[in-house]
Amino acid sequence: MIKIELPLDRKKRVSLKTGQRLLLYGKLYTARDMAHKRLREMIRKRSPLPISLKGEILYYCGPTPPPPGRPIGSCGPTTSSRMDPFTIPLLKKGLGGMIGKGRRSPDIRRAIKSHRGVYLIATGGAGALLSGKVKRASIVAFRDLGPEAIYELEVEGFPVIVAIDSRGRDIYDEK
Amino acid sequence: MKKINTRKIKQIVSQLCIEANMNLRKDILNALKKALKVERNKRAKRILREIIDNARIAKTERLPICQDTGVAVVYCEIGQDVSIVGSEFEKAVNEGVREGYRKGNLRKSVVSSPIERENTRTNTPAVIHTRIVPGNKLRITVCPKGFGSENKSDIRMFEPTATTKDIKDFVLDVVRNCGAEACPPLVLGIGIGGTFEKAAGLAKLSLLRPIGKRNPKKHIGRLERELLGDINRLNIGPMGLGGKTTALAVNILEFPTHIAGLPVAVCVSCHATRSAKKVL
Repeated sequence: MIKIELPLDRKKRVSLKTGQRLLLYGKLYTARDMAHKRLREMIRKRSPLPISLKGEILYYCGPTPPPPGRPIGSCGPTTSSRMDPFTIPLLKKGLGGMIGKGRRSPDIRRAIKSHRGVYLIATGGAGALLSGKVKRASIVAFRDLGPEAIYELEVEGFPVIVAIDSRGRDIYDEK
Repeated sequence: MKKINTRKIKQIVSQLCIEANMNLRKDILNALKKALKVERNKRAKRILREIIDNARIAKTERLPICQDTGVAVVYCEIGQDVSIVGSEFEKAVNEGVREGYRKGNLRKSVVSSPIERENTRTNTPAVIHTRIVPGNKLRITVCPKGFGSENKSDIRMFEPTATTKDIKDFVLDVVRNCGAEACPPLVLGIGIGGTFEKAAGLAKLSLLRPIGKRNPKKHIGRLERELLGDINRLNIGPMGLGGKTTALAVNILEFPTHIAGLPVAVCVSCHATRSAKKVL
């Protein structure tokens, strides 16, 4: 297990290799389907984005509401391939990495390689376990989207596996 | 005539929504533990351990097992000697879902129109299946269904001369197409026969059957066993990273059909296949 401090600058990203297990420490942003659709629209219209994507990680997640006394409820990853049509413009804006579950399209794999990005996976359906790794959570954009709003999360020891590294090696092709 | 008030129905539905989402079914948990013993792939074993841990954490810390707390699918078997009094039956079920998802801090994932996509913020309406049965009991089963797996479900209308092998090939294709997105190890519900909607309904209904219990019809029980073997040789494994635990169970229900057809529906469900029931 390798401990990684966020954000992920280019140097850290290129040091990661497919199959490695990481524990993440620092800041993540959640974003799923509707947030991606809006971000793409804003990029198209050249409007300012609600968050800077430079070196940041987007976590494909729509958490459950926090029970009293907790920062967040259950918060596992959702299916990444649904975000494929929106991902390239975000990488062009400097997005460092993504966390989700499942395969990416060949186009996205190539784009990750050319932007020296990284794709990480977390265990699908382990939302209660992952909830314990989130120390703080707050909505930073698109509040009206409810569970699909963009949350800023502060994580400690958030477990992921490198699924596509900056060389474009894909874990799902290597098992 | 036994009277049941809709206030009671609302209360029970609310409790079942919370219970189903926080307590993993015992049969699923046991199947996961059994799989952990049989699995040889290191990564697969580690993920199975995480999934089992997750179920324990959810139960003790009162958190949903998965953040996708699903669409509430509610099965109601109403005894014909029961009289439902109070408000409207379906309204009471929906009020129960609304209350359960609010009180349990469950995610509200339902949008009012599939085209316009505005969140209803209550997780209603539920999908309600009602059946009138003999007796004076009311059995309510809440089955929250997540969409990572639901999106991978499929149906095919085969020709009547199709063989068992054709059906198996279709099911295996559905599973291959699931990859990691449907959160394997999966539970597969399969409906064979009837009509288009009957097959889909049976596929979903069969998910309620406890893991490890075979269909008592010999030819269907055999098909379940053979399919489970074939699926677990695909090397998809937990989270799609390899291993022999791709499915925990294949549950099939069949129904008579038309001389011209052979519908086969496959309802894909994840390792967090959830349900809770109560009999009134």
